[in-house]
Amino acid sequence: MSDTARKIQVHCEINGRPATLEVYPMARLLDALREQPGLTGTKEGCGEGECGACAIEMNGALVNSCLVPAAQANGAIIRTIEGIADEGHLHAVQQAFLAHGGAQCGICTPGMILAAVNLLSRTAQPTEAEIREGLSGNLCRCTGYTKIFESVVAACRQTRNSA
Amino acid sequence: MANKNHQIGQSVPRKEGREKVTGSARYVDDLHFPDMLYGATVRNSSPRGKILGIRFDPGIPWDQFTVVTAKDIPGKNCIALIVEDQPCLADQQVNHPEEAVVLLAHPDKYLLEEARRAVRIEIQPLPAIFTMEDSLARKQLIWGADNIFKAYQMEKGSVDSAWSAADFIVEGQYQTGAQEQLYIEPQGMIAQANPVEGLTVWGSLQCPYYVHKALVRLFGLPKEKIRVVQTETGGGFGGKEEYPSMIAGHAALLAWKSGKTVKIIYDRAEDMVATTKRHPSRTRHRTAVTREGKLLAMDIDFTIDGGAYETLSPVVLSRGTIHAAGPYECPNVRVRSRAVATNTPPHGAFRGFGAPQSVFALERHLNRVAAAVGIAPEELRRRNFIREGQTLAFGQVVREKVDMHQLLDRALQLSGYHQKQERFPSENSHSPIKKGIGLASFLHGSGFTGSGEEYLASEALLRVACDGQVRVLAGSTEMGQGTNTVFTQIAAEALELDCEQIEVLQPDTAFVPNSGPTVASRTTMIVGKLVETAALAIKKSLMDSGFLKTGYDATQFASACRQYLDKFGALESLAKYQHPKDLHWDDATYQGDAYSAYAWAVYVAEVTVDTRTAEVRVEDFVAVQEVGRVVNPILAAGQIEGGVAQGIGFALSENVVWQEGRMVNGQMTNYIMPTSMDVPPIRVFFEEIPYGTGPAGAKGIGELPLDGTAPAIANAIANATGVDIREIPISPEKLSDILESVHV
Amino acid sequence: MRSYVPGYEMQTPRDLSNTLNLLARESGVWKPFAGGTDLMVLLEAGKLPHRKFLNIWDLTELREIQLTPEYVTLGALTTYSDLRRHELLAREFPLLCRAAAETGSIATQNRGTLGGNIANASPAADSPPALLVYDAELELISVRSARWLPYWGFWTGYKQIALRKDELIRAIRLPRQKNTWSHFYCKVGTRRAQAISKVCFAGAARADAGRITDVRIALGSVAPMVLRAIQTEKVLRGEIPTAAIVQRARETLAGEIAPIDDMRSTARYRLRIAQNLLAQFCESIAA
Repeated sequence: MSDTARKIQVHCEINGRPATLEVYPMARLLDALREQPGLTGTKEGCGEGECGACAIEMNGALVNSCLVPAAQANGAIIRTIEGIADEGHLHAVQQAFLAHGGAQCGICTPGMILAAVNLLSRTAQPTEAEIREGLSGNLCRCTGYTKIFESVVAACRQTRNSA
Repeated sequence: MANKNHQIGQSVPRKEGREKVTGSARYVDDLHFPDMLYGATVRNSSPRGKILGIRFDPGIPWDQFTVVTAKDIPGKNCIALIVEDQPCLADQQVNHPEEAVVLLAHPDKYLLEEARRAVRIEIQPLPAIFTMEDSLARKQLIWGADNIFKAYQMEKGSVDSAWSAADFIVEGQYQTGAQEQLYIEPQGMIAQANPVEGLTVWGSLQCPYYVHKALVRLFGLPKEKIRVVQTETGGGFGGKEEYPSMIAGHAALLAWKSGKTVKIIYDRAEDMVATTKRHPSRTRHRTAVTREGKLLAMDIDFTIDGGAYETLSPVVLSRGTIHAAGPYECPNVRVRSRAVATNTPPHGAFRGFGAPQSVFALERHLNRVAAAVGIAPEELRRRNFIREGQTLAFGQVVREKVDMHQLLDRALQLSGYHQKQERFPSENSHSPIKKGIGLASFLHGSGFTGSGEEYLASEALLRVACDGQVRVLAGSTEMGQGTNTVFTQIAAEALELDCEQIEVLQPDTAFVPNSGPTVASRTTMIVGKLVETAALAIKKSLMDSGFLKTGYDATQFASACRQYLDKFGALESLAKYQHPKDLHWDDATYQGDAYSAYAWAVYVAEVTVDTRTAEVRVEDFVAVQEVGRVVNPILAAGQIEGGVAQGIGFALSENVVWQEGRMVNGQMTNYIMPTSMDVPPIRVFFEEIPYGTGPAGAKGIGELPLDGTAPAIANAIANATGVDIREIPISPEKLSDILESVHV
Repeated sequence: MRSYVPGYEMQTPRDLSNTLNLLARESGVWKPFAGGTDLMVLLEAGKLPHRKFLNIWDLTELREIQLTPEYVTLGALTTYSDLRRHELLAREFPLLCRAAAETGSIATQNRGTLGGNIANASPAADSPPALLVYDAELELISVRSARWLPYWGFWTGYKQIALRKDELIRAIRLPRQKNTWSHFYCKVGTRRAQAISKVCFAGAARADAGRITDVRIALGSVAPMVLRAIQTEKVLRGEIPTAAIVQRARETLAGEIAPIDDMRSTARYRLRIAQNLLAQFCESIAA
């Protein structure tokens, strides 16, 4: 059996709060996050970076946390699904998912919402083609994607109307 | 009496939606227990052989590990289902690759993986078989006397005397491949066990009482000492109908031996290669038809590959057999069917459960029959659609007000079918991209077949709390399809309350009755009815007591409950399934009323085929179905949309690559399910003709979309290219070969 | 997660110089680790034999994009998202931007780097055919040297590249000569997004009154390495792409590539589609 590396301390910010992860350097960021109290919202669906269930925002960019070694999260600003709502007020995307059936079993939902929020931060009023492409890294087996698109479109409408 | 609180028919928001969109819903891997061990399964890699020994390599601190083999099983080494042929852990022999042999547990999940690699299972290989053909030919006898798990013969009229009257006889063979359910949440279980208190498991599952029954047998414990709790489940589609009993058994055995809580979570690769898939199928049709396009006889031969153990194959075969002749009136039908054994991991339940296989064959075949007669595919359907009062192939008289013609008209109109049929040929002649449009018409029976529901004897319980909250206790599980919400709506409507006053409890066998499995498109129709019955009984008790007067509001309801509970102590109602007296099914002759109700549908797919790459794109999809009553429009449409997407994968891209009985493409990278860029606009339309015993006349819908999607797409590809499609998935590689052979 | 994670080490060198020193001092012990989108998949599958990695993600010197009249020089840590966002690249090197847009998903594109892609040397990678068409050159640096190599020829075998153990890919340089050429890129994948390619075709051609005066053709997923179809280029160079020429080109291509059967596709399909894409490329030049 190989030598054992020592655990390291990774200092980052998670959902606006400073955090220190005590982790093996090449532990997945996904696991490091899920081991933090109250942060099981980020999910593992495939462990290969294909399904997007583990998607988070790292320094403003959408990334699959199952493919990020914890050591590379040092100094990072991280947002997970738990940081999308604002003190209990649901984000427009979350509200739209509720109103339009965007979530069925819910396991892809955290990653899907991260992807949708990230898309809207880059393109405020995406076309349907842009929504399809923006979410194409998130696999959903339940919905056939239709109501996810409808939810994102509704969230855009709501954001536009309240701007 | 007018109900001011109409819940049925409303798109009430998902009951557990907030938890799901905020990430606070708790799936099995989100649960942690103090002092918990991680469990892992050591699997054999041979398709068949004698276990000579198990070796544990040095270099691992084995004394720190809990190790379980077959000899540690306190009860019977089996996963009890229909029969008890499948071991929980292989003992003397292995019969398929990835069969579980050894279980390990350790607090360090990383060290556990090192240990898993250090266990060697020594096998003396035995000859194995991998195809239905080899199994039927008995190249090796690997199960029972003849490799056949089950066989049926279903007959109407006399097929053999019809051939002479035929103007055309059309034959064909059709095949479907295995399909992986690919729920995005992999399988997982947590178990706690000790000989004094018994055993509790938490996990991702569809049928808590199936798991319960299996654990009772595995441990030889009394029923009261086993508790099964369903955690939030991230998709099932049948893949978590029977398999959870296996993984629960494994976690429980490790918990039993270690005295600690044990968690087993499969990674995707293990889940894909080791768990159940849709049964591959081969169907042969021989059809006699008149020159007017009237069906005279259908002789159907239907075989499915069950894998190494029986599991649910007889029931999959049953549904496939019964659905094999479709929603048509044909005076002579014979279906001979069988489920056979091969040395592959057992195949199992997957949404549709045998019907997608036989319906693909039928709907593809009928297009060829139409071509032989020289009429359009939709015309052949029109001339043979069954009507109320006529008899289906298994002898059931249709008592529903079905109007397939109207569904067909609507589907053709909504899809622009005729205009496209006219336009496409000229457009195709100028372009390497060929457009095509195709349809499928079908039915799907709701609930368990024949006397199955009677045998299940399902129950649901409603209980009132002193604050007027009404709790629904049922063994039916939520896995995204909307059980919690639909039960809430049904109870709220019956009790004339708001949905907020209803709570659906987490399925936990310590508290909820056995409502039967969450399968077979039965949850709304059968169990929803029990919820309604129990709710009405509670209302009646409150009214009869005098504490509640008609026209009450929520406050008055709560007050009445308080008074009732003060006086009588408790208020609850247990509803038990009542089998409709006018339904009769004969298992011996395979005749009679197979299902109490059917959903009816016509689907239309529009495709483009790029002949330069043989890639198929579904451009538009119209799904029209008659379903009795739509309880929740958004949830119902969501079921159809999701099912159509799975059907698109079944038709085009979801291919299991087998090598000596083992799936070799067990990664999401290499097993191709549709992304958001691979699905068209999926346009869903419901007709509602309330019928039967479901609440407000609702029938089942969950599996329906898997039946018609793939054949509609195959027919559209045939329309676009002129080629004959006989098997799915229709990969670009296969289509390219067919296109090439046509041009040569 | 199948690997023994505690057995893996990752260090974050403070700068490029420190990185090169470590690579030289402990030759072969350390491997550079950029975005990790390939390496982490191997780690999860229990198939990453190398144990010690240097986290180079923060080395900003490797992330710059420089423009001169002659070249665009992309730092090795340029991500696919960086490529997609770059206006000039979209104008002058559209094949590379197309390749970037078709690589994985947005989440992968945010982390996957050009240098990592080149070092991983997968024959199914999406960018290398574009890089070959654009006559890319690589800058390889170590404590001892800095050298430029044409990307063509960098591959020495299946997943093998001519990178010394102490070397790091610093940059990829693209001569700005082909902006007037016609460009053609087609990746035929397993689905429309997040797909591994079955065949990947990149081509660019300069034409004068319908005659091809110069041409580059590169393909992925049809050989153990991404390749330049040199013989096929020779057939087309100097010719007008008539049906007869295209047919000769198709036949030549069949001799240059070596597609295989694997779990994603078949040799027969790959050959046929590669030829069809070649024909489409020729049509697009004529148009």
